[in-house]
Amino acid sequence: MAEPAGSAVVYGRIVASRLRGQLAYRTSFALDLTAQAIGQTIELFVIVVVFTQVSTLGGFTAGEVLLIFGLAACGFGLADLCVGQVERLPEYIRTGEFDVMLLRPLGTLPQLLSADVALKRVGRLGVGLAVYGWSLARLDLAWTPLRALVAVTAPLVGAVVLGALWVAANVVSFWVVDGREVANAVTYGSSFTTSYPISVYGPWLRRLMCYAVPGAFVAYFPALALLDRPDPLGLPVALRYCAPLVAVVAVLAAGALWRQGVRHYQGTGS
Amino acid sequence: MTTDRIISTDGLGRDFLVGSRLRRRRVTALRDMTLQVDRGEAVGLLGPNGAGKSTAIKMLTGVLVPTAGRATVCGLDPVRRRRELAHRTGVVFGQRSQLWWDLPLRQSFDLHGAIHRVPAAAYAQRLDECVALLDLSGFLDTPVRQLSLGQRMRGEITAALLHAPELLVLDEPTIGLDLASKERLRTFLATVNARGDVTLLLTTHDLPDVERLCRRVVVVDHGRVLVDDDLNTLRERFAGNRTLVVELTEPAPPLAGLPGVVDVGVQAQGLRQRLEFDRRTSAAELIADVARRVQLRDVAVDEPSIEDLVRTLYQRS
Repeated sequence: MAEPAGSAVVYGRIVASRLRGQLAYRTSFALDLTAQAIGQTIELFVIVVVFTQVSTLGGFTAGEVLLIFGLAACGFGLADLCVGQVERLPEYIRTGEFDVMLLRPLGTLPQLLSADVALKRVGRLGVGLAVYGWSLARLDLAWTPLRALVAVTAPLVGAVVLGALWVAANVVSFWVVDGREVANAVTYGSSFTTSYPISVYGPWLRRLMCYAVPGAFVAYFPALALLDRPDPLGLPVALRYCAPLVAVVAVLAAGALWRQGVRHYQGTGS
Repeated sequence: MTTDRIISTDGLGRDFLVGSRLRRRRVTALRDMTLQVDRGEAVGLLGPNGAGKSTAIKMLTGVLVPTAGRATVCGLDPVRRRRELAHRTGVVFGQRSQLWWDLPLRQSFDLHGAIHRVPAAAYAQRLDECVALLDLSGFLDTPVRQLSLGQRMRGEITAALLHAPELLVLDEPTIGLDLASKERLRTFLATVNARGDVTLLLTTHDLPDVERLCRRVVVVDHGRVLVDDDLNTLRERFAGNRTLVVELTEPAPPLAGLPGVVDVGVQAQGLRQRLEFDRRTSAAELIADVARRVQLRDVAVDEPSIEDLVRTLYQRS
C-alpha cells in the first residue's frame, strides 16, 4: 500500500492534466457549463410551478422544500463532479482500458474516478449552491454551533452518500455487459428522489430511502436538523444527525462491492 | 527460489465459460504452462491467433486470475501483489494505449513518472536516453492522438521503461508498423536487453522480431506449450535443411547428383539455382563441389526461416 500523501499528489497531477485539456477549448467549455446549469435550473422551475398550485408539499412550505432541493443539488453536483466518471466503467471494460488500469500501481477505483473529471459539472453545483445559500439566508433559522456544522458538512456528506451509491450501482457492469441502464436509473433516480421531502412518497419508497438506499440522508434529514421542525413522519430525531455515520457505512459497502467486482473481472476477463 | 528467476509458472492454466446461460461451455485458453525465465533473458512467445499467448500474459501481469496452477513474477503472486508488481514490470500492448490520448507525449511521460514515483534525476536520465535512442525529440510536444502508430509505439515503450522495470512484457509490439519503424524498435529493444537489466518477454506474429531479439522461443498452440527451446537448437532439431543459393556466370542445366542435396530449384533460366541440402552436409564442401562443375558468380546460404520451423511444429502436433 502506498502512503496516502504521495497518492494524493499523483491523483492531483492526473486530475490537473485532465482539467487543463478541458479548459483549452474555452467556448465549448462555457457552453457545456451553461447546459449543466440550465439542466439543474429546470428542475428548480418544476418546484416553483408545483407551488403555484399548492401551498405545502408533504407538509413543507416552499422555502423549506427549496432548502431540501438546494441541499440535494449541492450533494448531487459535488458527487457528480468527483464520482460521476464511474458511469463510464462499461466503456473502460469494453475497450480493454480497464486492463491498462490494472497494470498501473494504483487502485482501480481512484484511477477511474480521476481519469475523466468533467469540470463542466461545476455548472450544476453552482445552481445548487446558490439555491442552498439563498434558502439558508431567507429561512431565518435558529443558528447553534451544531446546526452551523450541519449546514457546512451536509452537502459534503450528501455527496459522499450519493457517490457511494453510484459506485455500488455501477459495479453491476462487471457482471452485466451493459449494466449502464441499471446504474443510470440509480444515478438520476437519486437526483430526483432526494430533491423532495420524503414525506411526499409512498411508504415503501420512504422506507427504502431511509433504511436501504440511504437517499433520505442526503437532504431530507439534514434539512430537518437545520429547520428544527417536527418530522411529519414522526421519525426519531437522532436520525437527523446520522448522515455522517450513514456515509461511512455506505463508503465501506461500496468499496467492498467494488473489490468484489474487480475480483470477478479478473476471474472472467473482458 | 533463486533471486535471478524472474518468471516461474507451474501448470498455469485458464478456462473460460462462454456462451449464454443456457448453453455454457468451458473453453480452455491455456493449459499446463510451465515456464521458467531468468533475469536478462529474451523470450519470444509464438503462436497463431487464439493460441493462448495473451491469456498467458494477462495472468503473468495480474490482470487475470489463473484457473489452474500458479505463477510467480519477480517473486510475487501477480494477482495478489498486482500494484507492487506493476512497479517492477513494464507492459506494452500493441493495440491498447497506456498513454493519455489528449496529452502531449512529454506530459504523458511525466504522469507515468509520477505514478511510479521515479526520482527526478533517474527519470530525466532514462527519458533522455529513450529520446536519443528512439529519436522522440521531434514529437515530444505533440498530443498522443496526433502521433503516427510508429511514433506512438516508441512512446509506449518509453513509458513502460521509465520506472526501470525488471521485466518488459510486449504483446505484439510491432503490429501494424512499417519496416523502418519495426527495425528501429527491434534495435532499441535489443540494446536495452543486451545491457542485462531488463528481461524481455514478447508475443508476436512477426517472426523477424523473434529472430532479431530472442535467444529462446516458446511456441504455444491450442493452449498448449509445444516447444520451449533455444532458437538455434530449434532450428537444428526441426528445421533441418538449409539452402545454398548459387549465382552462375552462364546458364547451366540443373546441378543434379551433388552429395547431400535433396532438392534443386532452377531460377532465371538456370542462372540461379537453389540447392536444398541436409544438416549433415557442410556448406563449404558443397560450395567446393559446385565450383568444380560450374563457374560461380556469387553464393549465399539461407537458414530455414522460423515460419518453416513453426509450420513444421504445427504439423507435428
